[in-house]
Amino acid sequence: METLLQQIVNGLVVGSMYALIALGYTMVYGILGLINFAHGDVLMVGALVALEAIRLLQIHAPELGLVPTLLAGLSISVVVCMILGYTIERTAYRRLRNAPRLAPLITAIGVSFLLQTIAMIIWGRNYHSFPQLLSTAPLEAIPGVFITPVQITILVVSATLMVALVVLVNKTRLGRAMRATAENHKVASLMGVDTNKIIAATFIIGSALAAVAGVMFSSNYGTAHYAMGFLPGLKAFTAAVLGGIGNLGGAMLGGLVLGLVESIGGGYIEDLSFGFFNSSYQDIFAFIILGVVLIFRPTGLLGERVADRA
Amino acid sequence: MITLLEARGISKRFGGLTALSDVSLTIRKGEVYGLIGPNGAGKTTFFNVLTGAYTPEEGELVFNGSELPLGQPHKVVEAGIARTFQNIRLFRDMTALENVMAGHHIRSRANPFSILLQTKHAKEEERLITERAYELLKYVGIERFADTISRNLSYGDQRRLEIARALATEPQLLALDEPAAGMNATETGKLRELVQTIRHDGVTVLLIEHDVKLVMGLCDRLAVLDFGRKIAEDVPAEVQQSEAVIAAYLGGHSTAGAKP
Amino acid sequence: MNQLALAIPWLGKRNPAAARWVVILLAVGAPLIAVLFGKSWVRILDFAMLYVMLAIGLNLVVGFAGLLDLGYIAFYAVGAYTFAFLASPHFELHLPFWLVLPLGAVFAALAGIILGLPTLRLRGDYLAIVTLGFGEIVRIFMNNLNHPINITNGPQGINMIDPLVLFGWDISKPLKVGDEITINSLFLYYYVFLACVVLSVILVQRLQVSRVGRAWAAIRDDELAAKAIGINTRNMKLLAFSLGATFGGVAGGLFAAFQGFVSPESFSLMESIAVLTMIVFGGMGNLAGVIVGALALTALPEVLRHVAVPLQQAVFGHVLLDPEVLRMLLLSLAMIFMMLLRPSGLIPAYSRYSRPELVVGKEAGR
Repeated sequence: METLLQQIVNGLVVGSMYALIALGYTMVYGILGLINFAHGDVLMVGALVALEAIRLLQIHAPELGLVPTLLAGLSISVVVCMILGYTIERTAYRRLRNAPRLAPLITAIGVSFLLQTIAMIIWGRNYHSFPQLLSTAPLEAIPGVFITPVQITILVVSATLMVALVVLVNKTRLGRAMRATAENHKVASLMGVDTNKIIAATFIIGSALAAVAGVMFSSNYGTAHYAMGFLPGLKAFTAAVLGGIGNLGGAMLGGLVLGLVESIGGGYIEDLSFGFFNSSYQDIFAFIILGVVLIFRPTGLLGERVADRA
Repeated sequence: MITLLEARGISKRFGGLTALSDVSLTIRKGEVYGLIGPNGAGKTTFFNVLTGAYTPEEGELVFNGSELPLGQPHKVVEAGIARTFQNIRLFRDMTALENVMAGHHIRSRANPFSILLQTKHAKEEERLITERAYELLKYVGIERFADTISRNLSYGDQRRLEIARALATEPQLLALDEPAAGMNATETGKLRELVQTIRHDGVTVLLIEHDVKLVMGLCDRLAVLDFGRKIAEDVPAEVQQSEAVIAAYLGGHSTAGAKP
Repeated sequence: MNQLALAIPWLGKRNPAAARWVVILLAVGAPLIAVLFGKSWVRILDFAMLYVMLAIGLNLVVGFAGLLDLGYIAFYAVGAYTFAFLASPHFELHLPFWLVLPLGAVFAALAGIILGLPTLRLRGDYLAIVTLGFGEIVRIFMNNLNHPINITNGPQGINMIDPLVLFGWDISKPLKVGDEITINSLFLYYYVFLACVVLSVILVQRLQVSRVGRAWAAIRDDELAAKAIGINTRNMKLLAFSLGATFGGVAGGLFAAFQGFVSPESFSLMESIAVLTMIVFGGMGNLAGVIVGALALTALPEVLRHVAVPLQQAVFGHVLLDPEVLRMLLLSLAMIFMMLLRPSGLIPAYSRYSRPELVVGKEAGR
């Protein structure tokens, strides 16, 4: 029983990070109908920039406390990623908005690998240990079930950000313009919405969330690496599809469900397969879920928000 | 007169919206049959049901005495119904000739193995397809553009090419979805001649059209849809007199034949 | 072949016959030129031929049928591992290559059908992600199926794979001609691979100019219209998928025999992307472009390796960008800039799906 509870806790933590990344995919997909392949790599840039910033701060401003250092590093990485997200949209995607469907997708794959390569040039191929500024000492929440302060922070911060995003999309002018653009570019621009600006804003917001998720990932696992964005990116995309792509609530639900399935499934796969499979197959769950959802319920759990623009 | 196509009680709903409700109609062999109605009357929906793009909730289609498979476009074509699209849909990266050759797909048999081995049969079939496609281009009058990439053709020629491609499937019923849309008077005139020729050569034609003048002049019989229901089915002269049609379709205009 | 000849700048248009001879001479003489720069260049040429074969196969799927497959390398892996299982000490099996190679092709085709059956009705971008997932699943299995029963030998891979033996002639051994001359096996492999490439080109061209090729192009250009002329789109897509996979399987088998060793490392996502980039770079859907793309993007990183590394050492005193980084940089930039600036590829000759000359008595034309 404790094991199950423990796996649920772990699953929720991982799942809330997936959810945060999935929001970026789902917003861009909702507006452009594009799978922004490079989104996972923005997360990686976020983690590595934060790492670099924290290192520098620790050298040049050691008197700063742990939490302020982390916050400063996080802020810097968020800003860098926002600029990065805008640049990617502006240079690589905007010109292809009306191109055949495969063109922007191929470009997005190119951008993804370009980001990885640049990161590899700057930070090398090695795993970097990420400064643990928050305690990772496990606390015993319920007897036999442990949770670290980092994990608690992850849960709280991602919940806050998700609520903030929902408010932004539903209650503000920008949010209204975003929804209008997602519904129909042409009509939105006829109504006086500057769709270019809105699309840029979407990328910027998504990238900021990815940066936060990147710092969370690295804080939780204690490492950062040039290729660290690939798997979380792919899984978050799965989460977005699982929830119903284009649908914010769906992305959050999908992220949590995927996190739980992975964590619980990974814990029991060995018993279930009579020892044939072990936890190194954990990553397969996401792919299988993705395949099954797309084949049997392509609109996801909560339904796709946007009309099929295929 | 032999019946070619009989639609019996076709109903199609989208969510709460009823696009077609209990539509029955009969198309006879060798005629030009018109289907008209105001925007949103369900013409295109009927067209899509007939050609297998949509599956209706109720009703059946009997074609040539046997039931038509519903919701399976390629089987509909195989049974002998070909269509064109309201907004022309050609294979843009292929030449005019290749577009028509693609239309022969269903009437040719070469399989991947015979193609890879270039058997005598496969070669002969390829030659035949090429020749027939060229003949069809000639038939619709655009053979001089055989090697032109289809997206570079003029609008009127693209329409003709689409008809040639549909004819390549060797249909018994050719269904044209607003073929005169966007055409000027001269082009419409030529289209009318083409449709006459096609009918003369033994292919039954189903015509969905907004251009009432064209429909009245060309069709042997026609049906009028309004709000998903058939409100009339008769020869043009009778339909023009029908109270229901005048009320529903021509709106305030009392002079029959006026353009909506 | 004709397409390749026409693609030669200047000469191709003026004198196609001469250009054709240039292509033939280049293809036959390439290893002789390459060896002047060192034997490693012949080896690179051998690999280039394998990539050409992969690119031709993937082009069938992406370029002809318009299905974006990001897990294509998985079929290469199936072919390679089939060869490794059936012709190496790993399972103590040493079946002859003329049995193993076709088996690899069949297994790859089956894998293509298994993947394609449920997924081919997905729209383009979803299909891309699902195939990517498939590629990763295959890799995860290759990495982990060494426990509890050792099937793939995990990350270490399988080695001492049997070489190609043609009619009792082991081409991994140097061939002695007379007393003086011996021909290195790298050359022999080159010509075997070249023969395979030529055969592939012939076969693919036959498919292209046929009802099958036209059906694929129709699906790619407008799936709805393709259905409306009676094309069974599902079957045709499945055919493209499994035939493309077959090419991957054969190339994989040849790779295993040539290298004598396979491990999951050779079948990473990066390799799928590399092959895709070759197609995009040369020109999707057009055979000449695909071949040029594959050759260029196999050779360029190697040229960079030999030029850029010493250059960096001379200028900076140390190596800033190692060859692998350069390759990735080149591939990703190629992908982005080709799509932005020249989406039809390096050689934007358009593809033919018919032979209009078959029409007798065609008066006007061209």
